[in-house]
Amino acid sequence: MCNWARWLLAFGLMVQMPSAFAVDYPAELWQLGREATSEEVAAWDIDVRPDFAGLPPGSGSVEEGEILWLDKCSVCHGDFGDSNEVFSPIVLGNVTDEDISSGRVAALTDPAVVRTTLMKVATLSTLWDYINRAMPWNAPKSLQVDEVYALVAYLLQLGYIVDYDFVLSDANIAEIQDLMPNRNGMTTEHGLWSVGGAPDVVGSACTENCEVDVTVTSYLPDYAMNAHGNLKDQVRDYGPFPGIQTAPVEDIAAPQHKNDNAAPEAALAANGCSGCHGLDRALVGPAFTAIKERYQGQDAAAYLADKIRNGGSGVWGSMAMPPMSQLDGETLEELVSWLLENN
Amino acid sequence: MSSDDLPDQGKIRPAPESFLDSDLIESISRHGVDHRRRGLLQSAFGAAVAAMSGAVVASDQDILTLPEWSRTLGKPVAANPYGQPSIYEQNIIRRQSPGLTQTDQASVAFTPLQNMFGMITPSGLHFERHHQGWVDIDPRRHRLMINGLVEKPIVFTMEELMRMPSVSRLHFLECGANTALEWGNSAVPTVQYTHGMLSGSEWTGVPLSLLLERAGYDKGAKYLLAEGADGSSMTRTINMENALDDAIVAYGQNGEMLRPEQGYPLRLVVPGVQGVSWVKWLRRLEVGDMPYATKDEASHYVDLMPDGQQRQYTAIQEAKSVITAPSGGQKLQNRGYYNITGLAWSGRGTVTKVEVSVDGGRNWREARLDGPVLPKMLTRFHADWVWQGETALLQSRVHDSTGYIQPQRADLVAVRGTRSIYHNNAIQTWRVKSDGEVDNVQLG
Ligand code: HEC
Ligand code: HEC
Repeated sequence: MCNWARWLLAFGLMVQMPSAFAVDYPAELWQLGREATSEEVAAWDIDVRPDFAGLPPGSGSVEEGEILWLDKCSVCHGDFGDSNEVFSPIVLGNVTDEDISSGRVAALTDPAVVRTTLMKVATLSTLWDYINRAMPWNAPKSLQVDEVYALVAYLLQLGYIVDYDFVLSDANIAEIQDLMPNRNGMTTEHGLWSVGGAPDVVGSACTENCEVDVTVTSYLPDYAMNAHGNLKDQVRDYGPFPGIQTAPVEDIAAPQHKNDNAAPEAALAANGCSGCHGLDRALVGPAFTAIKERYQGQDAAAYLADKIRNGGSGVWGSMAMPPMSQLDGETLEELVSWLLENN
Repeated sequence: MSSDDLPDQGKIRPAPESFLDSDLIESISRHGVDHRRRGLLQSAFGAAVAAMSGAVVASDQDILTLPEWSRTLGKPVAANPYGQPSIYEQNIIRRQSPGLTQTDQASVAFTPLQNMFGMITPSGLHFERHHQGWVDIDPRRHRLMINGLVEKPIVFTMEELMRMPSVSRLHFLECGANTALEWGNSAVPTVQYTHGMLSGSEWTGVPLSLLLERAGYDKGAKYLLAEGADGSSMTRTINMENALDDAIVAYGQNGEMLRPEQGYPLRLVVPGVQGVSWVKWLRRLEVGDMPYATKDEASHYVDLMPDGQQRQYTAIQEAKSVITAPSGGQKLQNRGYYNITGLAWSGRGTVTKVEVSVDGGRNWREARLDGPVLPKMLTRFHADWVWQGETALLQSRVHDSTGYIQPQRADLVAVRGTRSIYHNNAIQTWRVKSDGEVDNVQLG
């Protein structure tokens, strides 16, 4: 079959075809790219579907999961998956036995209840797949298959879906799917999936004396206007609509002494350091003040520069610091001297 | 929030321009404006205003005094080998919303819509939304694999992809969570934060349908999984309808390669569909016969309805518009003529009409559309307005080629409640107060 006919068949309506597709391509085009080896496909095809297609065989217990969790996950998610520090809570004790039997989490209708992962997710495959591909956040794809099973088992136990002596495996995972508290809580009955889907809300076409309530029911109070910083500095400062001065003018007029002790905040933020280190609070990595305490007065600048650039673990715990190889020499020097002397 | 309306250059009330004596100008340019000089400035300004009532228009010092740039040799070519905006444009940058996210890597930085023109987003101002930070991938080591329900799984190098027939198309990209902060109440001050997860770009790459054809995809297959090569290996299910229609496997953005924050060297472009489906750092496409329920379509990017049901696979971005200037946080300096301007778009087709109201939606007039008006792309609109110092409630409303009309917020909330996070395409209201300050409000 000539290519042109193939295209017609493939796309049906010629009219809808963007112009580039109507071309009769030379046969050589279809030689670009090569067949993937089965080893290559196996290396990348890691997804696990809701019917568990793609799930590698293995198993892990709640007990093993708990140990792994405390070692690799709890710094960010809290010992019980309940932390709000780094991300929204994965589990809080708000899934009930009734939810597990009905497959609908009742608390989802209650605005006062924080929505956790276990309340929302309908498919157990989602948790397995995601933990396997993306967690721990700072070292994705470092978990073994059995470890993923164990961690999923632990989360299920935290949600009281399974007991503490439970072992999750490829053999019993489908049964546990039938206990997912919100397994019946998803719908695709809406207009936002297929291209021709029908909208649920359509606006009015009225153009004159329309019946609308124009009472202002919500606006930002004065104190909130500056919550995003001085708006005057966030808008082009000439032209028809300059920004409103929302910071007290005194702050602006005061002479700007360069504060030599100030944290090089821009560099810390731009390089993601502050995502893992608090100034005086340990997050994934130690607090910056704790680092200073440990190395102050020692000749540690070269060591720290090397550690920051190349990463590593074992000094503060098993959690690894990723290599920060993007840092230029000057920024690195600035960060190290701030770490050791001024912070 | 009345400001100290310091009349400095270029951002003044209609000021008699030459109200400063040369000594004060000298002193300010040498020492800057401090409290003492500010006082002098203000009294000089007052005196000048008084003099103005005599209706004698004084000459403009910016014309009379030849500026330094007219009297010097300029900088050489390639002084900035990769060009930069003017130093006077430093306010126009991407910004995070403080406290919105707990980390900087699973976060978002918004596009400064308030100061942009036309329909193209400069690549450096394109909003950023990452779930596990961004990476800069060596294109020589990047591959795209297509597997699943295909005759043969295929891998492509970048060289092969870039040799293939390419298309360049203009499309908007909007995060499904754009305007999410506004479901319950007015939460953020400017259009950067209310609508800044929006961009319009020219995307260049290979039609996805051509690559699927190359792999010999199963014509009965209904779904596609797209997967990224970064740490998150972001995955999303793509509707085969969209995939075959106008999706592109793109490497180009506005004439250059994609920015790393936008998925360099390869991302999926799914016109009309929410940003999270435009998987960045694209490494794999799997043809399948059921949706995949990945984390970002099973736990996030699901729209919670008042009855506790979550709408899953909400992908399409319905028609939406917003006035970008004047908008929240800006301030009108004078009465008189203004050009109201904004953006309109539809994930289902083409913008056919935009209307503007200055009285909170009671009366509407048709806006002018700037061409070209393209499917699933931003359309710039304009409307004339004479402001007499009254309080005004500015709104815009878009119609699209399917006959859909953008709803008022109250109508949307009546059906979807306020907790669905995603797909808030309600009409936005900006209030212009009698002092010219504009703020973000909600009505009725
Ligand atoms: C360095 C901090 C960090 C560590 C360590 C970490 N996580 Fe996460 N985790 C996150 C962040 C941040 C997200 C949200 C990412 C996003 O925005 O997509 C997340 C998301 C998740 C989610 C999805 C939640 C949802 O609502 O969809 C699960 C499940 C999860 N993590 C499990 C784990 C497990 C299991 C481990 C240990 C192996 C772990 N995490 C370690 C930071 C971390
Ligand atoms: C993904 C999380 C993460 C990021 C991002 C990160 N760190 Fe770390 N950092 C860690 C961890 C974990 C440790 C503890 C490593 C160990 O125990 O050896 C650490 C340790 C350190 C130490 C102490 C090293 C030692 O051997 O005692 C310094 C200094 C440091 N980080 C600085 C930085 C700076 C500067 C940046 C940004 C350029 C940064 N970190 C970014 C996680 C991170």
